[in-house]
This record gives sequence, C-alpha cells and structure tokens, in this order.
Amino acid sequence: MRTLSALTAAPTRSGGSAPTARRPRRWGALTGALVVVVLATAPLFLAPFATTTLTRILVFALFAVSLDLLVGVTGLPSLGHAGYFGAGAYAAGWVSLNVTAEMPVPLLAGAAVGALAAALTGWITVRSRGVFFLMLTLAIGETLQQVAETWQSVTGGANGLTGIPSTRIAGQPLTNAGFVHWYVLVFFLAGFGLVWMVARSRFGAALRGIRDNEPRMRALGYPTALYKYATFVLAGGVAGIAGALLVAQQRLVTPADLGFTTAAFALLAVIIGGAGSLWGACVGAALVIVIRDALGPSLGGHGTLVLGIVFVVVVYGLPRGVAGLRRLRRNGTDR
Amino acid sequence: MFLQVRELVSGYDRSTVLNGVDLELAAGATLGLLGRNGVGKSTLIMTLMGLVPVTSGSIRVEGTELAGRRPDVVAKAGVALVPQGRRVWASLTVDEHLALASRGRRGGAWTVDGVFDLLPRLAERRRQYAGQLSGGEQQMLAVARAVLTNPRLVLLDEPSDGLAPAIVDQVAGMITTMRAAGVAVLLVEQDLHLAFAVSDEIAVMEKGRIVHRVPTAEFRRDPGTAQRLLGVA
Repeated sequence: MRTLSALTAAPTRSGGSAPTARRPRRWGALTGALVVVVLATAPLFLAPFATTTLTRILVFALFAVSLDLLVGVTGLPSLGHAGYFGAGAYAAGWVSLNVTAEMPVPLLAGAAVGALAAALTGWITVRSRGVFFLMLTLAIGETLQQVAETWQSVTGGANGLTGIPSTRIAGQPLTNAGFVHWYVLVFFLAGFGLVWMVARSRFGAALRGIRDNEPRMRALGYPTALYKYATFVLAGGVAGIAGALLVAQQRLVTPADLGFTTAAFALLAVIIGGAGSLWGACVGAALVIVIRDALGPSLGGHGTLVLGIVFVVVVYGLPRGVAGLRRLRRNGTDR
Repeated sequence: MFLQVRELVSGYDRSTVLNGVDLELAAGATLGLLGRNGVGKSTLIMTLMGLVPVTSGSIRVEGTELAGRRPDVVAKAGVALVPQGRRVWASLTVDEHLALASRGRRGGAWTVDGVFDLLPRLAERRRQYAGQLSGGEQQMLAVARAVLTNPRLVLLDEPSDGLAPAIVDQVAGMITTMRAAGVAVLLVEQDLHLAFAVSDEIAVMEKGRIVHRVPTAEFRRDPGTAQRLLGVA
C-alpha cells in the first residue's frame, strides 16, 4: 500500500496549509491571479472544443479539490467520493429536467444532495481509518452507482439522464461554450476559495492535526469524529456543486459519473498533484482530463494506460506530487 | 482531593498493566512518579487521559467520574497531557499548535502571549513547522500546548527524555510556574534530579501499583529504599 502511505503519511506542507515564508506567498498570489486571468480570457482566443476541455478541467478540478480536503488535509483516503459528485450531478440534472434549470436551483440542488448523501453515509465511514476507510468508501460508492442504475424512474437507469436543458441565468440559457465556461469558472473559484479558507483556518489546522496524530487532537479536547464527519459532509457538498457544474457543461449524467473509475481518477489527480496541496490537485485534475479526454483519441484509446504510467512515475519519483516540485526548488532539498 | 483514583485496572488487548492503582492528588500539588521500566507509569498516564481503556476502577477529577470517558471529554474536564516523545504535529506551525490548544480564546490564566513571554525561543519560531524544531523546542511546544488548554491537572510523561541539561532546567521552570498557578502536576520521570527539583512528593510504582509514597525530602534521606525500589543509588 505504498500509495496509501504516500497519501496519508507524507502530505505536502505547502498549499492547503498556512503559508510560512513570505516571499513565496507573494509569488503564489501573483501566479494565482495570473492563472485566473488566463482562465477568464481563454474563451476569447480558444476554439470551442479547447474551451470545453478547459471547462471540463475546472469541473474535475473542483471535484478533486473537495476530495483533497478529505485525503490530503484530513488524511482520509476515499475511493467513493464520486458517489457525492454523481449524486449532485443527478440532482442538478433531475431538477433541470423536472422543475427548473434557472440558476441557482440546479446548483443548490447539487450541493444539497451531495452533502445529504455524505451526511447519510459519513457517520459510518469516518469512524474507520486507512485501508478500512478506503474499502468502506469504495463499497458506498458502488452502492450509489447501483442505485443510479436501478432507480429507472428518477435516474434513467443505465442510460442516465439525457436531454438536460441548459442552465439558465435570468431566463437566458447558457448554450455558448464560452458562457458555460465563465459560469463554471465563477463557481469553481467560489468552491476552491471555500475549501482553501477552511483548510487554512483553525478548523483546517485541527484537520491536519487529526491527519498527523489523531489521539493527540483528542487529548487536546477535540471531538475528532465530529470534525471528520463535518469535513466529510462539506467535501460531499462541494463535490455536489462540482457535479452540478458537470451537468451544466455536458447536459448528461450517466452512472459512470458516480462510479469507481471516476473516483479513482480523482484520487489519481490528488496524488499526482500532491495530496494536501489544493492547487496541486487542480494541476493533477488538468493532467488527468488532458490525457484522458484530449489526448486519449490520438493515443489510440490508451489514455488510461498513460495515466497509469504517470501515476507510477509520480509515486516513485515525486512522493509529494507536482506541488512537491516547488518545495524542491525552494529549499534545495526535499525534507 | 482534586484527583482521586481508586482500584484502577487497565491494559492492552490481552495483558493487564495496571493492577489496582490508588492515587490522590491535591489541587496545586506536584507528584513525581518513579519506577523501573515497564511497571505501568506511562500506561497510568494514558489511562487517566482516556487513551487506554479502563477495565475497572474509578478516576475522579473534582468529584466528576472520568473513567471510561473519551479523551476529549477528559480534556474538557481540565486534564492536559504532555506525552512521551513530544508528539507535536510535524506539519503544523508553532502558531497553529498554540491556536488549536487555546481554541482562539483570549481569557484564562494562560495565554499565547504569556507563553511566548515565558518561552521566548518559541516566539522566534512561531511561523516554523514543528517538524523543523529541535528536540528541546518541541518539548517546550508540547508543554505550551498543554498549558494553553488552561488545565487544572497536567500529566507529563518523561519530559526530560533525550534533552540537554539546560533544556531540562527550562522544563523544571515551566513545571514550577504551573504549580505556582495552582495547577496539579503528575510527573512521570526517569531523571531523578528533575523529579526531586519540582515534586512535593515522590511515589514509586511496581507491577502496576503504587507501592510507596513519601514527601520528596524524606525520599531523598532514605537511599536504601530508593535503591531497593528503583535499582539506583
């Protein structure tokens, strides 16, 4: 279980944690601002297909960030997180089809159902640790996928929900790829900002304390199970928002969106990026989407194989992921 | 009595370590707990904190029964632990440790600023990760983390372990300051100099029980008993 120890035992200290050195922090803020400007102006100079790929990256990145809150910050490696992403997507899709596609209804439905699904299942999972947590979340994710496949009247069964109308803002449907991109970007930034603020708050420090040594947190008076449960529900809610954004982009939900493969790809993104680093998770998500969706066809359908190789290389070559590269350069050594 | 332990039995999976510990500690008193390796000193501390399950017996702090309660409940009742080997959170900064311990409170006898006044070394390192601190600094941080919960009973498990004599003096200074503030201290220690320097009384454990308890001065006057109980001169 080298991957598991890479997840929980050696998390990066940069990113989600409170910044210490002042100079890199200023550069970080500058780089962040630059990235936001590029993301915001991208639809102006990119072809619609490229814009759509970028939008998919943002959706998947928010999902990966919500997972990183569990995996990297709190030390809870989940293989079932796609269940809450998918639950949010189905909720947003169903609401758009049967009630209204007017903002913010689908988004709120996605967030609420993602959080609710996490609240109903989390109380069992957060009481376990390590491999047991991994297996329990896997089982719950598979169960949710079964529900999606069999509850025909609501989920559309194996075909999923199709023909979902475009999300509307003040009555105007978002059909143009650029507008969809901007819509997704706004809520990606909001979701990322929320998780980032949580990770660097005192609550976030408590989560990192739980990750490093849970008995010590309890001995300090922290009811750690409650902290983990609250985090699990929050991560489910943010994953649900990401699911609602997925629906706004692809206007289709299938059982695959809450299955094991999606969950594993998200975990892959978190590890490649460097567990515990929120921006690292976004870089990891970008790599996963680019290799799987954009390069996949030209690789003769071997995109997953390439991702597997990237994963092995990262685990052995960069135990702290992409985010660890910055530390390497800054400190000269990787401690 | 502030702390009253009666017939306490506890242990791990198949082995019983504590065989009926009886212990009383007055508010503001410091008790040095000695004994050979493996007699159950650390297990007693972990059991008092709720980190090792109680098989039978009673732990009362100001009359409140704490045997079998969760560690966070014990901590809220005013008990704090400075564990053996420091056990600071390597990937949290000094500031984050202190913020977690004080929960952002400003009141109470112990404040973050007050701790920085006592331990200026920590103030210099407040933005550093605990994993980057020296052993002595980590020990200071572990003590600071405990006192910032504003406890009425502090359990210290071999705080001098692996530290240079000058740092041990600082630990002794912190314990004396705690006692002056009315905090009861239970100190498990191998370093007799530290134990003698800060303790009102000395207790000795053997085979999971407390077998001897006398004022510190009396213990020091009786090297024969010390030799017999501890195997030291």
